Amino acid sequence: MSPRFAAGARVAVRSAFPPGHVRTPYYIRGSTGVVERVCGSFPIPEELAYGRHGLPARALYRVRFPLREVWPDYAGAAADTIDIEIYEHWLEPA
Amino acid sequence: MRGYHDLGGLPAGPVAQSEHDCAYWEKRADALLVLLSAKGLMRTDELRRGIESLGADVYERLSYYERWIGSITQMMIEKGIVTIDELGRKMAEVEAREGGVR
Repeated sequence: MSPRFAAGARVAVRSAFPPGHVRTPYYIRGSTGVVERVCGSFPIPEELAYGRHGLPARALYRVRFPLREVWPDYAGAAADTIDIEIYEHWLEPA
Repeated sequence: MRGYHDLGGLPAGPVAQSEHDCAYWEKRADALLVLLSAKGLMRTDELRRGIESLGADVYERLSYYERWIGSITQMMIEKGIVTIDELGRKMAEVEAREGGVR
């Protein structure tokens, strides 16, 4: 399965809030960022956490978010960002 | 739903910056997970899921490696690596010897 997104792509984190073992932090859901790099493809933690094999492997992306968009009252520099590694199935084109 | 552990962005007070060594039992807990993982009996993802499942009260009361032991214990029971009976008997033996805290 080849990666859906390339470095530089604008992506949005899906606003889904399921229970269970999820590696996409709650606070970043619904935010939009840019793919900084494609990290590779790996079995997914949501399945590995329950003793399953986590296949097919999914692409993992390092996504860069402007902090001013993540935190409504962020008072730091406009250029400040945060990088979070997020699996492909949590991302949509933005 | 928001997991109790998923506290990114929530107020949580200052980070304690003191240096501290791990107690010997904590190093053994770490080694236990490495062993279980090497033998294909437990994955880091399962450890995390078990910690996240401890419940807010227990999560709050336990220290870092106590949470590891809580999770490892639960997984070992679920996977049939130890039985509850075996565990209970061994715990009673250790408690009698060491004078433990329940």
